[in-house]
Amino acid sequence: MAVKLRVRLTAYALSFLALAAGSSAFAKERVTPKPARQESSSKGASNPRGEVLALSCSTCHGTDGKSVGIIPSINGRSAAYLEAALKAFKSGSRYSTVMSRHARGYSDDELRLIAEYYGTVSHNNK
Amino acid sequence: MSHNLSRRDFNKLLLSGVAASAFGVLGSSTSAFAASSSKKVVVIGGGFGGASAAKYLRKLDPSISVTLVEPKTVFYTCPLSNWVLGGLKTMEDTAQNYTILRNKYKVNVITDSAVAVDAARSTVRLKSGQVLGFDRLILSPGIDFKWDAIEGYSESVANSKMPHAWQAGPQTILLHNQLLAMKSGGRVLICPPANPFRCAPGPYERASLIAGYLKAKKPNSKIIILDSKEKFAKQALFKKGWDRLYPGMIEWRSGATGGKILKVDAATMSVATDFGAEHGDVINIIPPQKAGKIAFDAGLTDASGWCPINPVSFESTIHPGIHIIGDASFAGAMPKSGFAASSQGKVAAAAIVRLFQGKVPAAPSLVNTCYSLLAPGYGISVAGVYKLTVEGIVEIKEAGGLTPIDADDDQLREEANFAQGWYNNITRDTWG
Repeated sequence: MAVKLRVRLTAYALSFLALAAGSSAFAKERVTPKPARQESSSKGASNPRGEVLALSCSTCHGTDGKSVGIIPSINGRSAAYLEAALKAFKSGSRYSTVMSRHARGYSDDELRLIAEYYGTVSHNNK
Repeated sequence: MSHNLSRRDFNKLLLSGVAASAFGVLGSSTSAFAASSSKKVVVIGGGFGGASAAKYLRKLDPSISVTLVEPKTVFYTCPLSNWVLGGLKTMEDTAQNYTILRNKYKVNVITDSAVAVDAARSTVRLKSGQVLGFDRLILSPGIDFKWDAIEGYSESVANSKMPHAWQAGPQTILLHNQLLAMKSGGRVLICPPANPFRCAPGPYERASLIAGYLKAKKPNSKIIILDSKEKFAKQALFKKGWDRLYPGMIEWRSGATGGKILKVDAATMSVATDFGAEHGDVINIIPPQKAGKIAFDAGLTDASGWCPINPVSFESTIHPGIHIIGDASFAGAMPKSGFAASSQGKVAAAAIVRLFQGKVPAAPSLVNTCYSLLAPGYGISVAGVYKLTVEGIVEIKEAGGLTPIDADDDQLREEANFAQGWYNNITRDTWG
C-alpha cells in the first residue's frame, strides 16, 4: 500500500507542479471560475477558506456555534472576543483541557478568519 | 520526490486556492444531469459522515437538491455504545433519527438501501428498484468486516455467541445482555484487530466501562484484552486509569505475547492464540475491517480495502463525481472516527458547493477530537488538526495530542463532562 500511495501522491505533485508553472493550458482553462450563481447568505461564508476552517468548530460547539450542552457556545460572541480567546488558547495563556491542542494547529490569520466567521454568523442569527 | 517545491510555497498556494486544482479538483461537471437547473446530490449512508454532508450541503447552498438514502429509521451511534455496555446509558440515549434533516433542512430522506452505483450513468439503484440520478454522489457506507480473517468466526457466530458490537444496535444489545447474564467471577475476552480500524481507542474504553460494571456488580470477574497490536491508542492514559480504578481487573496482552487470535471456537467459547487456548464467558471479537460493501461493488476501493480519495474534496481518484467520506475512505493521517467522518462530510459539502459554482474548492481543514470515558467523572481525550500538504492529509505536529499523563482529578472530571457535551453537540450538528 505504501508503494501505491507514493505513486499516487507523486502524480498529484506532478500535476501540481505543472499548474504552478503555468505550463498546462488545459488545466488553466478549466479552473477559470464561472460566474457564481449564488453566494451563501452569511458574510462569513463569503470567505470560503474561513468557512471551511470554521466548520470544524461546530462539531463540538454546535451548529453556528450554538451549544446544547456543557461545552461553551461561541454563538453571540464578537469576532474580536473570539480572536483574542483563540490566540490566548494558542499561546497557553488561557487554561483549557483541549482548546490549546486545537488552537496550535492554526496560524494567526486562520484564527482571525474563524473568529470573523462566528462573529458574523452570530450577528445574522440574533 | 525531487521537486523544488517547498512546503512554504505550497502553503501560500493553499491560501490562494490554487492548490486545490493541483490535486485535480476542477470546477466543472461532466454529469448527464448537469444541464438541469437544480443540482442533485445523492448521499448514501446516514451515519456521522453522510448525515453531516447532507445537512451542510443544504445549509451552505439551499438551491442544491439533496437525497439521503439510509435503511434505518433509527440510527444507534457507536459513540456512547460503550457507555451502554457499562450500564451508564440506555440504547435510547444513543438513538438518532432523520426528522430534523427532513423537516428543517429539507433533505429528501429515503428509507431504503442503495444496491448499485452506475458511475458512468451517474445513477444509484435502490433495493426497492427506484433509480436516482445525481450530479454528484457522496458515499458514506462505513465499515464492513473481513469475515474470513479469523477461522471459525462468521456473521452467524457474531449474531449468536461472540458479538463484535462494532456497529451499534442489535449487536450492542446482544453483548450487553451477555454481560448482564454472566456469572460473577467470569472472564470477558475483548479481541481488537490490527490497525487501521474504526475508533482506535474504542476497545479500551469498552474494557474500562465493562470493568466498572463488573467491579460494582460482579466482583472477581476479569477482562483480558487479546490484542493483535503491540501498542494501542491512549495506552499510557488507559493503563494509568486501569491501575487507579480497576487494579488487577484488566489484563492486556500484545500480539507478540499471545494476544493475536488465530481462530475461535463458538461451541467451546474459546479462542486460539500462539500461546494456547483462552476460554471466555463472554467473548467480544472485533474483526479486521474494510470499506462498506457498496464501495467495493462500485469499484471505488484499492488493494488496501479502503477508498482512495482526492484530499481536497474527498472525490474518488477512481470515479470522479463520487465522493467517499468517513471510515470507508483512506484519508491520510486521519483516524476512522465519527468526528473525522463529520469533519470530512462538511469539507466535501463545502467543496461540492464550490464545484457547482464553477469555482475551485478552498483548501480543506480537518479535525478530530476523541473522548474516552474510563469511569463516571474520569475522561481522557486525543485531538488532531489536519491539513493538506504535498504528502496528502497530514497531522499538524504543533497541535493536537493527548490529555496530559499527569492531569489531576479536576481535569479528568472536566474531560468526562466534555465527553458528554461533545456527544450532545456532534449529534445535533450531524442529525439536526
